[in-house]
Amino acid sequence: MKIKETLENYVFVLPAVAIFSVFYIIPFIWVFQLGLFEWDGISFTKIFVGLGNFKEIFFQDVNWWHAMWNAAYITLIALTLQNILAFMLAWACDREIKMKNFYRVIFFIPPVLSEVVVGMAWRFIINDIDGANIINRTLIGMGFGNLAHNWLSDPNTALTTVAIVHCWKGFGWGFLIFLAGLQTIPRELYEAARVDGASAWESFRKITLPLMVPVMVLVAILTVLGTMQVFVLIVSLVGGEFAGHTSVPVLRILASMRGSSRFGYACAQGITFGMVLIIISFIQYRFSKKGQ
Amino acid sequence: MLFKNLFLGVLVLFSVLGCSSQKLDSKPTISIWHWMTDRDSAFQELAKKYEALTGIKVDFELYAPSDAYTQKIRAAGQGVNLPDVFGILGEKRDFASFIRAGHILDLTSYMEAEDNSWKNIFFPKALAVNEFAPQNSYGINPGIYGVPIDIMTIQMVYNKRLFTQLGLNPKQPPATLQEFLDIGPKLQAAGMQGLVSGWGEVWMIDCLANNYAFNIMGKDKVLATIKGEVPYTDPDWIQVFTIFKQMKEAGVLAQGLVTMINKSAEQLFANEKAVFAFNGSWCVNVYKGMNSGLEYGAMLPPQASDKHPIAIWGGAGSSFMVNARSKNKEEAVKFLTWLTNQDQQAYLAASTNNLPANKNSLAKIPEVLAQFARGMDYATHPNVWGVSEFSLVIEAFDRGIQSIIIGEKTPEQVAQEVQTIKERELAKKRAQ
Repeated sequence: MKIKETLENYVFVLPAVAIFSVFYIIPFIWVFQLGLFEWDGISFTKIFVGLGNFKEIFFQDVNWWHAMWNAAYITLIALTLQNILAFMLAWACDREIKMKNFYRVIFFIPPVLSEVVVGMAWRFIINDIDGANIINRTLIGMGFGNLAHNWLSDPNTALTTVAIVHCWKGFGWGFLIFLAGLQTIPRELYEAARVDGASAWESFRKITLPLMVPVMVLVAILTVLGTMQVFVLIVSLVGGEFAGHTSVPVLRILASMRGSSRFGYACAQGITFGMVLIIISFIQYRFSKKGQ
Repeated sequence: MLFKNLFLGVLVLFSVLGCSSQKLDSKPTISIWHWMTDRDSAFQELAKKYEALTGIKVDFELYAPSDAYTQKIRAAGQGVNLPDVFGILGEKRDFASFIRAGHILDLTSYMEAEDNSWKNIFFPKALAVNEFAPQNSYGINPGIYGVPIDIMTIQMVYNKRLFTQLGLNPKQPPATLQEFLDIGPKLQAAGMQGLVSGWGEVWMIDCLANNYAFNIMGKDKVLATIKGEVPYTDPDWIQVFTIFKQMKEAGVLAQGLVTMINKSAEQLFANEKAVFAFNGSWCVNVYKGMNSGLEYGAMLPPQASDKHPIAIWGGAGSSFMVNARSKNKEEAVKFLTWLTNQDQQAYLAASTNNLPANKNSLAKIPEVLAQFARGMDYATHPNVWGVSEFSLVIEAFDRGIQSIIIGEKTPEQVAQEVQTIKERELAKKRAQ
């Protein structure tokens, strides 16, 4: 009887396991397997190189780790600037302010726009030849003319400019999730705190923040996963890797696949990148568990 | 009884339909995949014309953008389900990989039949891109494996109206590098942008740098460098890198050039915001669409040396290959023969502003396109060199030039970095 029940339970989870295996586990194993070969992606013959591709990634490919560093830099800006902005706006919209529904819609427009469109639009805003050059004009108008320059073609500002545009595009997701999280906090807690004489700051620090930790972890994990994989926006803004200054892992994988026709190596890069993301997510998750 | 009659009726109907479809199938449908958005309507028109002539349907399927097309073709190749005719976007080694995998039909016998009658209609340089010479480094049997549909050259274009505004003679574009560099101060004084191009996408940097490499050191030395016999630290190569530094310092390069995508560069030139552009002959159609009143001319990149002639990239713009596994390959070859005939090529040139691959179809093309066509005399292409540079070396080379333009590295530093990667790749190749 017990065996029958167990089997029945397995039958229920079988479709999900099958779908997960077919679309996630098997492709992952397959890509790993391809990462063990030198293959141009066209020929029927592949040369087995063992862990040679992985060895090259870890010990020789300087461009790859530079791209990882660039992605980490964009992610750091997104984790701080983007998520703080998203949280503050969500907190403001959760309170009784005028036109809060209007703001909710407005804040969610950037995430639903295509990255290509966002890139083109910001290129127009930033660029000083074919664009509106709004940022430089504003700086000149405010008396900071010495700061005006081509933000996307300066190696000192290109990556930060890309990161800021990415934050503009992405903060709406965080905003939405934070808002949903804030709305689950019982209002009675705030009322009780107010009756006990707690200030707004104390309510925020002792009620809102602790109860929002799981949501913050979720947003942080989604931010890391989304930002580390950024590339369309970069292509749209600066055309590509810009002498390595805007190089990111996905662009490196594409360069291996299309530029060098090294499919096996690109697969090894994909697996390495995937493993890095899994490890980061796992660490974040463990930290949040400890924090709770 | 009613059911029985109904059953018989359905049976008869299916039999008739079955017979009729069998009859229709006797004429094959040729399936062609391509990425050429600007040529799709012209292809569809020609397909209709061919069907009216022969009864054979030709199905042109457009897959754009070109990146998506490239992936589709590769995936179809891996799955052995390529169409009857297709094009390959990529380098010669990709072309060779498709041939090695048995996907592409050797067209030599068709080209050389009846005293080379098909082969002779093409510009030889257009055909060369699709050809593998004896003892080629790719290990492919010598032969012709593709049919050029049009040709292209990549040159510089200049705005005649802005030239006049700058006090320059619009009939005399700069012929030497020094003349070109001398325009820099005039551009800056007039607040105009100089050269625009898609240098954010890097391959066009590679193209201009190679033009100058041929001009400064000649073809043999360039090929010797690729073979690893001459280092990139050679003074001639440093001179090639230095040209980009000189252009930057003279002010002939537009602002933001290193992160410019070609579409933006085309918009800037078409909207008369830049005096020069470095672009392929396909730009004639693009500029026409953006600004039909634009007055401009094509010119060879200004020579940096008189030791060797300047070379520009050119040859087959786009080519079609026949699927060696297709059951319709004979019909596909017949269609391509028809498509490359003088009339069809003239129609394609007139309707798409691309240069025809058939040399007999050049009669009625606009003057600026004729200027691009004349550049064919100077044309070369990495796909006809017989040797190819390591992709990591090309990457370091192009990135290095970007770094020179933004003042981050010196020509000597870039030359050293490129040479280090070259030596590493050569060592890796020797170890295999």
